[in-house]
Amino acid sequence: MSVEQMTTTGVPAEPYVTADGRQIGNVLMEMKNITLRFGGVVAISDISFDIREGEIRAIIGPNGAGKSSMLNVISGFYVPTEGEVWFRGSKRPQMKPYQVAQQGLARTFQNIALFKGMSTLDNIMTGRMTRMKTNMLQQAMWWGKAQKEEGEHREAVEKIIDFLEIQAIRKTPVGRLPYGLQKRVELGRALAAEPDILLLDEPMAGMNVEEKEDMSRFILDVNDEFGTTIALIEHDMGVVMDLSDRVVVMDYGRKIGDGTPDEVRNNQEVIDAYLGVEHD
Amino acid sequence: MTAVTTSSGDLQSVPALLARNVAKYGDKPAYREKEFGIWQSWTWAESAEEIRAIALGFLVLGLERGDHVAIIGRNRPAHYWSMVAAQMCGAVPVPLYQDAVAEEMAYVLEHCGARFVVCGDQEQVDKVIDVQETVSGIEHVIYNDKRGLRKYDHSHLNWLKDVEAEGRAAEVRLGEELDARIAELNYDSTCVMLYTSGTTGKPKGVVMSNRNIIETSKNSSEFDGLRQSDDVLAYLPMAWVGDYIFSIGQAYWCGFCVNCPESANTMMTDLREIGPSYFFAPPRVFEGQLTNVMIRMEDAGKFKKKLFDKYMAHAKKVGPAILDGKPVSGADKFKYWLGNLFVFGPLKNTLGFSNVRVGYTAGEAIGPEIFDFYRSLGINLKQLYGQTEASVFITQQKDDEVDPNTVGTPTPGVELRIDEDTREVFYRSPGVFVEYFKNADSTASTKDAEGWVATGDAGFIETNGQLRIIDRAKDVGNMANGDMFAPKFVENKLKFFPDILETVVFGNGKEMCTAFINIDLTAVGNWAERNNIAYASYQELAGHPQVLDTIQAHVEEVNRSVAEDSMLSGCQIHRFLVLHKELDADDGELTRTRKVRRGIIEEKYHDLVTALYDGSTKVSTETEVTYEDGRKGSIKATLELRDAAVVPVASNKVAAE
Repeated sequence: MSVEQMTTTGVPAEPYVTADGRQIGNVLMEMKNITLRFGGVVAISDISFDIREGEIRAIIGPNGAGKSSMLNVISGFYVPTEGEVWFRGSKRPQMKPYQVAQQGLARTFQNIALFKGMSTLDNIMTGRMTRMKTNMLQQAMWWGKAQKEEGEHREAVEKIIDFLEIQAIRKTPVGRLPYGLQKRVELGRALAAEPDILLLDEPMAGMNVEEKEDMSRFILDVNDEFGTTIALIEHDMGVVMDLSDRVVVMDYGRKIGDGTPDEVRNNQEVIDAYLGVEHD
Repeated sequence: MTAVTTSSGDLQSVPALLARNVAKYGDKPAYREKEFGIWQSWTWAESAEEIRAIALGFLVLGLERGDHVAIIGRNRPAHYWSMVAAQMCGAVPVPLYQDAVAEEMAYVLEHCGARFVVCGDQEQVDKVIDVQETVSGIEHVIYNDKRGLRKYDHSHLNWLKDVEAEGRAAEVRLGEELDARIAELNYDSTCVMLYTSGTTGKPKGVVMSNRNIIETSKNSSEFDGLRQSDDVLAYLPMAWVGDYIFSIGQAYWCGFCVNCPESANTMMTDLREIGPSYFFAPPRVFEGQLTNVMIRMEDAGKFKKKLFDKYMAHAKKVGPAILDGKPVSGADKFKYWLGNLFVFGPLKNTLGFSNVRVGYTAGEAIGPEIFDFYRSLGINLKQLYGQTEASVFITQQKDDEVDPNTVGTPTPGVELRIDEDTREVFYRSPGVFVEYFKNADSTASTKDAEGWVATGDAGFIETNGQLRIIDRAKDVGNMANGDMFAPKFVENKLKFFPDILETVVFGNGKEMCTAFINIDLTAVGNWAERNNIAYASYQELAGHPQVLDTIQAHVEEVNRSVAEDSMLSGCQIHRFLVLHKELDADDGELTRTRKVRRGIIEEKYHDLVTALYDGSTKVSTETEVTYEDGRKGSIKATLELRDAAVVPVASNKVAAE
């Protein structure tokens, strides 16, 4: 493992407080020399970086750079061909999706993956699944504990609805909602799991300027109100630079930059990857 | 208590009314608000306790007699409580429009010299912090919703709940002081200060005394027989005098319950759930609902559509008569009853109007068809005429004397006078405001020594004793040939078409009248969808040739109807264009209450106005727009100008000249 690849300059190594007063803690998750191959195709090659508690960490890169693959490795959906994922100071074994969720990870998808025929309320309620303690039979009978539990979960969901300002679409089937709102509902569902790390796969894709501003506001508020660590993939450089504390830049499966938005912006390799270089 | 029915007696302030309500209706609901999807309610006793805690909290922070407390936020119980609490401390509550941008807010905060500002949420706090760079008087900012505000510098920032908690803790220490301040309040002490929307120039602070508010509330409540069991939905801007009268004045006088919606977007759902018995809405709300109903009926199945058409036709025929208690044959009554069972009842329920006993609209003219639609359903919709300076009520319609063209007879206690030369309407009443804050000149020019106030509106009394308003007195002018020019008269006729949202008519001192027209995106968009017309933006739809054809037909129909009016037949529209953007308050084109600012529009779009008069058929223009966050951008467009057919009439010069 190359040492210079691991360190991010521009931010203190110890826990610190950002300019806008947010608390950044120790390393929560660490990618150690991750390589991911699909047959002969190398999607990710030897990438290492870390995610610290309370920070907003962005992964950017041109199309096909391997960003979504990286997110899938973080979420445990892909098992890296080589390398290790460390979470809370211990190496993470191969896990099933529900086990990942129980560990405190939640995500949204690039292409919205909601239950189209269900209402906003019900969709967000599904995010509470891992937190429900009663079994299916009790819930079907809606008796005793199950009844009480549903009340508690409904309250949690209502708080998220209030937080995301989607009261007006509480009972609307999500299939009928515009794209920007569906994205917001998906964020709501991820929040319902009360995750420690929230993974957002292109949260602003396909949005207009106003929707992007709203979404940015919500991402910042989630981080601020609940102290949730956020890792996000995004295409829109402007948004990423404004939102995130640190940025990983990928190109053709390699890491070509890692640092604060300012550092990344001035990195020649990153500029080349985004603007292209002349070939002689 | 005899005091309630005959005179206001000892009830000379809002806090006194509150105490009376606690004694009389202590366990009845005073406020409801939907939060987390459930309606929460507070009784009069609970509300009074909250209000007292806030007032004590204000005292802890050092609120003095005569201080101004600005309140900026949407309709929420805590904001209403803060207003009453401020009055308890001898201070003056000043509600502000929450959608105002920071610069507009700066003027008002500077002008009233507010020391305390109560903000609804982070958005408002941010604006006030911006304002503080230029305005120095603000000492304490208090917020209601703490979301996003945790990390802010709290040296002069407090959460309302914390202020309340401190207030409760200070009961022993400051309770006596507060009681003394409440006892000092009388009929002449200031109840509230409201800023006018500023149709012309800078907003003016209208100082209202307890006498203004309580006398007006008493008279108007008795006029309509409002009672304790009524329910209102508080959804109109808190800075508007109407909301103060309905949600505080009349609510405290009668003791009825004020319901606050969950958010601005859920207003329609909340309206349906609450089913208010007393309801006020500006004409555009009724228009919007009717447009929605019609669009949805177009999409409904054949059977439903037929049923709807059949019974609505019958309702048009006998509905208003039944509502007014006029004689109707038994068969018609039975048919109406059936219609109510199948169509009107469910429809009213969907609209949230099942329980409406008294419904009012005002502010702008309402289309006769719209008015008749609601009345034929059995909804007692009436018109009133009023303004901030009068504590709302000048005239209102009696239950059985409703006419869409007039605004009713004077409210009890109001005297009316019409100037013979200018036709301007003057009134005098106990509700007439005390003064414009720090603006003695304007006060003197609006209110004369005898207490008569100029409304600025031109009108006349119809033979049945009802007042009819033609237009703003200053907008009424003459055309080049001497014909009378009253733009509002023509604009209203145009706006009665669901396709037309807003319009501005020009022609003062000119040879002919011309018009700018804004299409209604909901109605025209639905029509486009139905007719397979693709469009990518408002601008594209507005410039579509078929849309222009439709609008042209509307304009020509209006011309025919205008030609029939003996006085105003000169105001037919010769040329028009459809604007490429919606007129917007953020761009200064409308007031916050959505009234057209004629002068500003004429100046901003002078190239378009010129083109309307120089005979060109196309014009390219670039317009500056302001986004919601205050940033500016611009849009370019090429607009088509069209000629409309006019009905030839002999020029009829205004008799006076």
